[in-house]
Amino acid sequence: MSELLNPEPKVIAFLCKWCSSNAADLAGVSRMKYPANVITIVTPCSGRVDPTYIFDALAGGADGVIVAGCHPGECHYVTGNYKTLKRMVLVKELAAQMGIEDERIHLEWISSSEAKKFVKTMTEFIEKLKHLPPNPLRNNRVALEAKH
Amino acid sequence: MKKIKLAVAAGSFCGGCDMSIINLNEMLIPIEEVIELVFWQVAADFKFEDVEALQDKEIDICLYHGPIRTSEHAEIAHLFRKKSKVMIAYGSCSCFGGIPQLANPYDAQTILDSVYTNGYNIDESGPNQNYMRPKSEYKKGRAMTLPKLLDSCLPLTSEVDVNYFVPGCPPVPTQWEMLVDIITNFIKKGELPPKGTVVAGETALCEECGREKPEEIVINRFRRPFEIDPDPEKCLLSQGIICMGPATRAGCGGQCTLGANMPCRGCFGPAPGVKDPGLKMLSAIASIGGAKIEAELGPEGLKKLMETIPDPFGTFYRFFTPEYIIKTKKKVAEEESSKK
Amino acid sequence: MSQKKKTREPEEAKRLGVFVCHCGKNIAATVDVENIAKEATNLHGVVHAAESHYLCSEPGQKALQDDIKYHRLDGIICACCSPTLHEETFRKAAADVGINKYEVEIANIREKCSWVHSDKEKATVKAMKIIETKVEKALLNEALTPISVDVNRNAMVVGAGITGIQAALDLANSGYHVYLVEQSPTIGGHMAQLTSTFPTLDCSQCILSPKMSEIAHHDNVELITNAKLTSVTGFVGNFKAQITKKPKFVIEELCNLCDDCVEVCPVIVPNEFEGGLGPRKAIYLPFPQAVPSAYILDIENCLGIHPLVCSKCRDACEQKAINYDMKEEIVELNVGAIVIATGYDLYDISKISEYDFGPEVDVIDGLQFERLLNSAGPTGGAVLRPSDHKKPETVVFVQCVGSRDPEHHMAYCSKICCTYTGKHALLLKDQEPETEVYVFYIDIRAAGRGYEEFIDRAQEMGVIYIRGKPSKIFREGDKTIIWAANTLTGERLEVEADLVVLAPAMIPSFDTKILSGVTKCNLDEYGFFKEAHVKLKPVESLVQGLFVAGTALSPKDIPECVAQGSAAASKAMALLSKPQLYHDPIVAIVNEKACSGCKVCQSLCPYGAISFDSVKNISVVKEILCQGCGTCASACPSLALTLKNQTDKQIENMIRIALKTEAK
Ligand SMILES: Cc1cc2nc3c(=O)[nH]c(=O)nc-3n(C[C@H](O)[C@H](O)[C@H](O)COP(=O)(O)OP(=O)(O)OC[C@H]3O[C@@H](n4cnc5c(N)ncnc54)[C@H](O)[C@@H]3O)c2cc1C
Ligand code: SF4
Ligand code: SF4
Ligand code: SF4
Ligand code: SF4
Ligand code: SF4
Ligand code: FES
Repeated sequence: MSELLNPEPKVIAFLCKWCSSNAADLAGVSRMKYPANVITIVTPCSGRVDPTYIFDALAGGADGVIVAGCHPGECHYVTGNYKTLKRMVLVKELAAQMGIEDERIHLEWISSSEAKKFVKTMTEFIEKLKHLPPNPLRNNRVALEAKH
Repeated sequence: MKKIKLAVAAGSFCGGCDMSIINLNEMLIPIEEVIELVFWQVAADFKFEDVEALQDKEIDICLYHGPIRTSEHAEIAHLFRKKSKVMIAYGSCSCFGGIPQLANPYDAQTILDSVYTNGYNIDESGPNQNYMRPKSEYKKGRAMTLPKLLDSCLPLTSEVDVNYFVPGCPPVPTQWEMLVDIITNFIKKGELPPKGTVVAGETALCEECGREKPEEIVINRFRRPFEIDPDPEKCLLSQGIICMGPATRAGCGGQCTLGANMPCRGCFGPAPGVKDPGLKMLSAIASIGGAKIEAELGPEGLKKLMETIPDPFGTFYRFFTPEYIIKTKKKVAEEESSKK
Repeated sequence: MSQKKKTREPEEAKRLGVFVCHCGKNIAATVDVENIAKEATNLHGVVHAAESHYLCSEPGQKALQDDIKYHRLDGIICACCSPTLHEETFRKAAADVGINKYEVEIANIREKCSWVHSDKEKATVKAMKIIETKVEKALLNEALTPISVDVNRNAMVVGAGITGIQAALDLANSGYHVYLVEQSPTIGGHMAQLTSTFPTLDCSQCILSPKMSEIAHHDNVELITNAKLTSVTGFVGNFKAQITKKPKFVIEELCNLCDDCVEVCPVIVPNEFEGGLGPRKAIYLPFPQAVPSAYILDIENCLGIHPLVCSKCRDACEQKAINYDMKEEIVELNVGAIVIATGYDLYDISKISEYDFGPEVDVIDGLQFERLLNSAGPTGGAVLRPSDHKKPETVVFVQCVGSRDPEHHMAYCSKICCTYTGKHALLLKDQEPETEVYVFYIDIRAAGRGYEEFIDRAQEMGVIYIRGKPSKIFREGDKTIIWAANTLTGERLEVEADLVVLAPAMIPSFDTKILSGVTKCNLDEYGFFKEAHVKLKPVESLVQGLFVAGTALSPKDIPECVAQGSAAASKAMALLSKPQLYHDPIVAIVNEKACSGCKVCQSLCPYGAISFDSVKNISVVKEILCQGCGTCASACPSLALTLKNQTDKQIENMIRIALKTEAK
């Protein structure tokens, strides 16, 4: 893989209380391991995650943000995760327009039984961020070559 | 009665704000007598030297319009801040960055490249055969300097302390009624409104617009204004047109929505209490997109629907520079200058 | 205590305590608990921090309570295991010593930290961060009290087929007052039309009419027929339902079923109960066992209720039961729960252009065939061709008519047609063993106890099953021709039939869409009512207090309908059994001043908790309906909506503190 550009990336993960937060707990109960670079914030549903929070996190120093919710069709509140999905499409596009690599923003569906998927998602995401330069907003530097 | 000294200064302006003042005509009569114009280059040939010669805070009120796009705009901003008691950001550009801030995703180099090198009509046969471009300093023969194009295009607050804000692209006469009130109050009683006051409406535009709304608003197909002939009575959002009304401050009287049957683009800036109207509107629009047929459309269908919204930055941040960009850009500038 | 809290400025004087648990070695092995507890005292708002070996143990909780009292804490943060394990424990312990339970936060440093990391230094830093985020949240938490509302203990059942009848009886027999609302003049639904029912072949009327008469005489049931539900307002436990009663023009209480009016009525129209295969008059009794047992005047076909035009029936009625001046009536009912059981209809065969259809060409549907088989039916139970009343020699049944055809008609399987067609073929063979009987099918789907055996029996009796779907059905002379291909042998077939019986798809009953609008209950992609969860909440809807059962949800047979009717009744009872409903106070709330009336939120709440006040031009959240998902709050563009104790400010502060670089 490419050069190690950011050995200790910071990640904020927004976890839905009904699914991915439980998956995280299950990962704990199963004593799985993943890097400690991620701080989780549990919300009632992924639909509570206001796009503002994602940019707050990126501007506040996070190198990446994960939003995790129930699989489509399985949201405890029926349609909250569809809202999340739609918002994330635009959020990523907006980020890309502003020169923030859209890989820094990641949406994943993780049900409460998918501890393995949770661990894999966190591990791989953190690994990926290590090979990206520190977040341009974190260093308060928007990438200067935005795409045309 | 003592006359108050007024200046109208400008950054990267288009002339619209100046026109909005000229258009006031008789509205200015109540204050004409008491005002002494010390600077307004559109009105007469005022010189910066004359301003520099003034005492600090000798100007009572300065209206500054246009954003900070070049090094010169920043200098002018600092000069007038120093010489004025009250600094007013006049117009959307000066308040929030305005239309020119749409260039913020790009740095100066990229902008110059796209104009002088990669432009559509630029090639060997075209107007700029030698790919010439402006230089800040020109030394052959007589040395000349030009202002430097900055990497950012930011609101007035990014450079200097601002007392009041008069948003609008350009501001409208009702705001001038409020301004005239402020000025007369100042002259008569020496009173000024609290710092940070926004001279515009106190609600979101939707309340002022008041177009008819259906029971609920869902958008199953996004339309750009040219694609349909919108029903002039009904809320534009309900017709699939992205309207920034719910997150935008009132005060324009619905110039676009009521006056031109066009959606609000957000020139009056964030509604009271709203921090980032771009992200809030983005969230709202994403939420109501296909809201009643989400399961039917499925993840792929929803994604496709969202992708029919072109240019999120230009749509949701047409006039407003988000705070994180301001911070970032400032930091870049500081780093640059400390390198030198 | 909650009063004290209300007067205090939220952030200013809040006294927080942090309690860090070792959990034996479970946390302490990877997290430096001692150090964390020490550092926590420096956090903004924290006046006390302590460590505990096992916070959840008796002594652990006791110490926690003592500290709360001694340090006069307003809120606590327990840094321990997952909230799914002990949040309630600590909330209760804290509440016992006067802390509002919504001022208790859990910082999960076990499952989300000590158990998943091995580097002690990093795990300790992270644990501290987790605690800091929770302290930030706690600083702005509000003391809340559960929301409660009174429950009206009456129920309403809409639709009186077998499903609705079952639901109403279960409720009534458990002591609840039930309004049973039926749009037609009698209860019974489709089951009343059936002859005998699979798989046991017991007579449909015989098992249905006792239930119908139980309804008629039950003290707890108020039957409202010829009536429709036209509006529902209010919310769970407190619905206000508006029922529109069409006039029957016959006074039920006076009518003594003498039939004198029918004799004199000059109008003859097809009888819908007989599937149009028999006649009735403009004044009629739907069928002999009808409940309520009273005649009704069919105003559409009556010559005119004007004495000058006809009025023969009124003159004939000695009871003076006929009243031409009856008007439409609107009744308002207050109920706590609603069960929807509006059943099904059959697919409109005229939409299938390849098939000729109608009694005149001897092509009928299954329900009409039920009437032909029925001894009380138009032919006295003899299967005769409707066109010429001759006995058919060849009868063809066609399954999946309009079902399982995603391109042109309905995509789903109607589930019961295979079995009832088997029943039809069997009963026909039983009656006339010489008749040649063919069944065209795509697949035989007869899952269920005794169902497959049932089909086998039909085949044993000589019914010929052909796999294939007819491509064309048309009349030629006095025969009906069926073109088809046998998909097992590949051969092309042409059958000359005397009678063709189609099994059309079961579709949502005609009023379903309107009713969905009235009740705000969602429909699925085929237009059936939609349950809250296919597996776990099969008879609940997303509208709290509104239940749906039977074929109103999807095609099913009578046993399933009865089971669902009972299930819906018991769900309704669970709701009505309590005098008050309690609800979690973590709900959305609208800031009236900030709301722009943009209506963006109106379509977002899956529970219909958000309504619009058009006088004030603002949105309003009905707390009792809100489930606290927060989706609306993150969508409101004017920043008017927020979720209690999950506010933007709280989450933003949590993000900020989580990312703050250590000052060291
Ligand atoms: C040809 C055929 C043969 C069948 N044979 C069998 C069999 O042998 N065995 C078996 O188990 N099942 C059989 N079935 C299935 C059986 O008919 C159904 O499972 C059962 O009757 C469904 O009952 P229900 O109460 O859900 O619906 P329905 O019987 O349709 O009752 C719904 C009631 O709601 C009323 N209603 C509708 N809209 C409104 C409104 N807006 N307001 C108020 N009231 C309204 C209707 O008038 C009706 O009375 C057969 C079905 C068919 C088509
Ligand atoms: S047209 Fe725009 S401003 Fe007017 S009501 Fe609709 S959303 Fe609001
Ligand atoms: S409608 Fe919007 S874009 Fe148009 S003038 Fe008013 S605030 Fe500006
Ligand atoms: S409270 Fe949780 S972390 Fe503490 S001892 Fe009990 S189980 Fe362990
Ligand atoms: S989305 Fe917000 S501003 Fe718009 S109507 Fe709803 S509460 Fe009011
Ligand atoms: S928080 Fe969720 S459940 Fe509550 S009103 Fe908003 S969308 Fe409905
Ligand atoms: S409840 Fe998990 S995403 Fe909505």
